[in-house]
Amino acid sequence: MVEEKKEYWRWTEGLYLNKDIDWRKAKSITLGVDIGSVSTQAVVLTDGKIYCFASIRTGSDSPDSARKAVESALKQTDLKQENIHYTVGTGYGRVNIPFANKTVTEIACHARGANYMGGPTIRTILDMGGQDCKAIQCDERGKVVQFLMNDKCAAGTGRGMEVIANLMAVPITDIGRLSFEIDKEPPPVSSTCVVFAKTEAIGLMREGWTKNQVLAAYCSAMAHRVVTLLQRVGVNKDFTITGGIAKNIGVTRRILNELKVDMVQLQPDPQIAGGVGASLFAADLLEKQRKAAG
Amino acid sequence: MITAGVDVGAETVKVVILKDGEVLASSIVKAGLDRQKSAEEAMGNALNAAKISKSNIQKITATGIGRKEISWATDMVTEIAAAAKGANKLFPSARTVIDIGAEESRGVKVNADGKVIDFAKNEKCAAGVGSFVESMSRAIETTVEQMGPLSLKSDKIIPMNVTCVVFAESEVVSLIHAKQTKEDIARAIHEAIATRTTSMVRRVGIEKDIALIGGVANNPGVIERLTQHLGTAPLVPKDPQLVGALGAALLAAS
Repeated sequence: MVEEKKEYWRWTEGLYLNKDIDWRKAKSITLGVDIGSVSTQAVVLTDGKIYCFASIRTGSDSPDSARKAVESALKQTDLKQENIHYTVGTGYGRVNIPFANKTVTEIACHARGANYMGGPTIRTILDMGGQDCKAIQCDERGKVVQFLMNDKCAAGTGRGMEVIANLMAVPITDIGRLSFEIDKEPPPVSSTCVVFAKTEAIGLMREGWTKNQVLAAYCSAMAHRVVTLLQRVGVNKDFTITGGIAKNIGVTRRILNELKVDMVQLQPDPQIAGGVGASLFAADLLEKQRKAAG
Repeated sequence: MITAGVDVGAETVKVVILKDGEVLASSIVKAGLDRQKSAEEAMGNALNAAKISKSNIQKITATGIGRKEISWATDMVTEIAAAAKGANKLFPSARTVIDIGAEESRGVKVNADGKVIDFAKNEKCAAGVGSFVESMSRAIETTVEQMGPLSLKSDKIIPMNVTCVVFAESEVVSLIHAKQTKEDIARAIHEAIATRTTSMVRRVGIEKDIALIGGVANNPGVIERLTQHLGTAPLVPKDPQLVGALGAALLAAS
């Protein structure tokens, strides 16, 4: 087992541009910036359509991360930040975005973004973020009805998965696939704490478990943990998952198996739901502002 | 009568050999991948120091999280019973024993004979135990041994939202970027351990005297913060991490 040094946790940063859109023709150009504890997204909407976005790793400084994400998103086009009509910040670092006109909570933004990307039939959203996990219920307009959150423990979060990737010396993007390359689903691991996973994984491999079996056990432990959170709010159809872990089939498929439901896969990227929601709120606020100004 | 106690912990294996209730020899070995092997090594070291052979030992009692892995132990006791018995031998006046190990911490209420009356454990979360201090020492680029002395140089409490070791690591990185000193961060970490430990021990009731054992009892920064929270200074033995093995050896003799 290799420790730390190599950056197995490093997930793929995302970039997107819709070349069919000419931003010069747009009446409304809005920006949503979602500063999470682990990743930051900047999403530009033109007349309510996704024009471009960037998803990057959050640095130690929130304003700096926000600036970098916006820069990366805009680098793909000749659209400049001064052409943007309205900006909304969200996420745990939202108060630290100097160029935001307004801030909205990430729970409201995730619900709104999931409603936009997954359609008005979405009723339950599981947001698996970097340092917390939220189960959200919303109505047909993407308005939050109720939610529950775990932000006390890394088990069941993206950061927890990063620790497992480093510990097992497996690139984080391969964990989901490898966790299914096993003969039989292993029994779940007993530790809740990912810090203890280290001792436990060593013990399991000594007992003859393969690396893939250990990965499977951690994926299902993580799945089980969020399922209990979801069951407390209740799972109504349609169901979807947002956040970075939504890209890890090792966790998502096991959640669906345990809940016996299907999920709507969010396109183009489930990690940008918060940013999309923020950008949609920006569009609403812009319209309001314009109406008020006559 | 010669007896031995083997305490197989998450981080280290400890052996104490007793002759008629007095310590003949002891040994501490870092637990490797194969804990049975580490236990044999610890036992070998202690036997050499005592200048006896294993056949001279009448009873061997194992304790600790890996106690079931020791095939040559004649008996087994829980780490809670061992901690209570060992602490009672060293501090007969102790009615509360706080044991903070690498991966688990316990608050034990004991009577005058060293018998367990009640206990509380923290076993599912690393915030507040030894591995927490260890990962935090890495985060501020110092050693576990330096954490205590460093923190004692600080007189500032910086608020830290420590609910999880993994999250605390990221928080420490932000604190370093915010130009907080290592001394202040170390103190904040010990403050977090003291808060968590005290609230756990409160579940069994805090009665004087209080003994503090386990590897984390070697950390003067934790002792200082715990003294504040408990309202009294805990009794700390020399070699606090050996107390469980001592208790096991005493229980083997009785």
